[in-house]
Amino acid sequence: MTSLPEPAKFALSSTGGRWLRAWLTRHLQTFFYTLGLLSRAPLASFLTAAVIGMALALPAGLYVLLDNVQDATRGWDGSNEISLFLQLEVADGEAETTAARLRDWPEVGVARVITREQALEEFRELSGFADVMDAFSSDNPLPAVIVIEPAVDAGDAAAMEKLLGRLGALPEVDFAQFDLAWLKRLYAILRIVERGVLVLATLLAAGVLLVVGNTMRLGIESRRQEIEIAKLFGATDAFIRRPFLYSGLLYGVLGGVIAWVSVWICFMLLGEPVQRLTALYSSDYRLQGLAPWASVALVTGGALLGLFGSWLSVGRHLAAVEPS
Amino acid sequence: MIEFHDVTKRYPNGHEALRNVNLRVESGAMAFITGHSGAGKSTLLRLTTLLERCTRGQVLVGGHNLSRLSRRRIPYFRRNIGVVFQNHRLLMDRTVFDNVALPLVIAGHSHAEVGRRVRAALHKVGLLGRSRAFPVTLSGGEQQRVGIARAVVHRPRILLADEPTGNLDPELSREIMGLFESFNHVGVTVLIATHDISLITGLGYDILTLEDGSFVPGAGAVT
Repeated sequence: MTSLPEPAKFALSSTGGRWLRAWLTRHLQTFFYTLGLLSRAPLASFLTAAVIGMALALPAGLYVLLDNVQDATRGWDGSNEISLFLQLEVADGEAETTAARLRDWPEVGVARVITREQALEEFRELSGFADVMDAFSSDNPLPAVIVIEPAVDAGDAAAMEKLLGRLGALPEVDFAQFDLAWLKRLYAILRIVERGVLVLATLLAAGVLLVVGNTMRLGIESRRQEIEIAKLFGATDAFIRRPFLYSGLLYGVLGGVIAWVSVWICFMLLGEPVQRLTALYSSDYRLQGLAPWASVALVTGGALLGLFGSWLSVGRHLAAVEPS
Repeated sequence: MIEFHDVTKRYPNGHEALRNVNLRVESGAMAFITGHSGAGKSTLLRLTTLLERCTRGQVLVGGHNLSRLSRRRIPYFRRNIGVVFQNHRLLMDRTVFDNVALPLVIAGHSHAEVGRRVRAALHKVGLLGRSRAFPVTLSGGEQQRVGIARAVVHRPRILLADEPTGNLDPELSREIMGLFESFNHVGVTVLIATHDISLITGLGYDILTLEDGSFVPGAGAVT
């Protein structure tokens, strides 16, 4: 009886040792291979990246615009004054005594009187209606005003409201108002817009996932034969998935860069007219573009969306490709 | 090296491609499977590479019971086998070099190692000079030789071929057979499915004939 040598069992794992180097090699190979694939169809790759770029540019641009509006109005928030418009028949001297009385209130910090003459002068200077005002010169239509800086915490809306009510009830006072009520309304509107941008960004991010996912699905379809052959020669799922994940990542990075450039171009175009507008308000405010951290966040966000989109799609569609 | 024990393969549509098949190909042997198309040759090879699993019976390859091999291990199992196809199944958008390099890249070999082994394999099949060419520019015989180079470049223990000479004229077919024999001489277990009986008779290897999903009793088949 002849006994054949027992055949050694097949090895069923990748060769061990120096795995870090093997891992690096594999990823570098895949990276450059994927880069090659994308550059072989430059127009198609660019279009895919451009769609992602536009989807990212819209919320990014709106965000920066919003940031600018908030920035431009931030300085105004600090002053939190109440103007008391006195009755027309209240004389300047009476106004001073009223102001002195008010200074004794614990809720009142500073009370400053603008006499009727000062009010007229200020209006003449700022409004540009000097000539018209001169026509009324015999009869000053403006009342004296007491400007109050409350000692109450500006954030305490109830206390402010109560103070406003007490001041408005004084017999000398025609009416009392917060100077910056309109600014508060603007902030409320900005918060709504901010929320809107967030919703829009979420929707467009979902759009990016779909675009990347669909691109991957088409890629898998067109490289079906290659995937089958690779599986026949022992490619793991990870091996086959890797180039798709890399291309998703690259699409995302490219899309992020395109978005950044688009936003930059838009703000270049807007910069000059905005500066002309702010000059009219005698402000030297300048439009701010994307901050460095926001630029990094934009490109990183694009990369993550691309990676996630391809991961979602590739997992679903690769399983359908089995060699025959 | 390859053992089939009472293997039956039934497809979901009820067709029985293999019926109680027994087979044993020793390590380092070379054998042929013949039969008409539809006799079950391809199914037998597909069971050997785990493209499909058998319905009943046991398939043992390289010491592994394939019905117990988890899905996760299948890729590593396949790296021990080289496969040659009738229509060669080369990737037309890749150079000859890249086609042959595929199994090595999959196994994660270094760049230098890949280059060295691919050149050796192409030298062996006589196509070293065409490594930068694309497969479409090659003749049918040359394409099949590239397919063979790809199947052996990772030095598999088993070489499987499904009608490797199906599209070639007799002279080229003999040349291809000579290549398979040379790999067998260095210890590779070779199993070839072919219907070209005139080509393989007289070569002195086991010839197993499949008919309607069963082996016809005769030399080589273990019943």
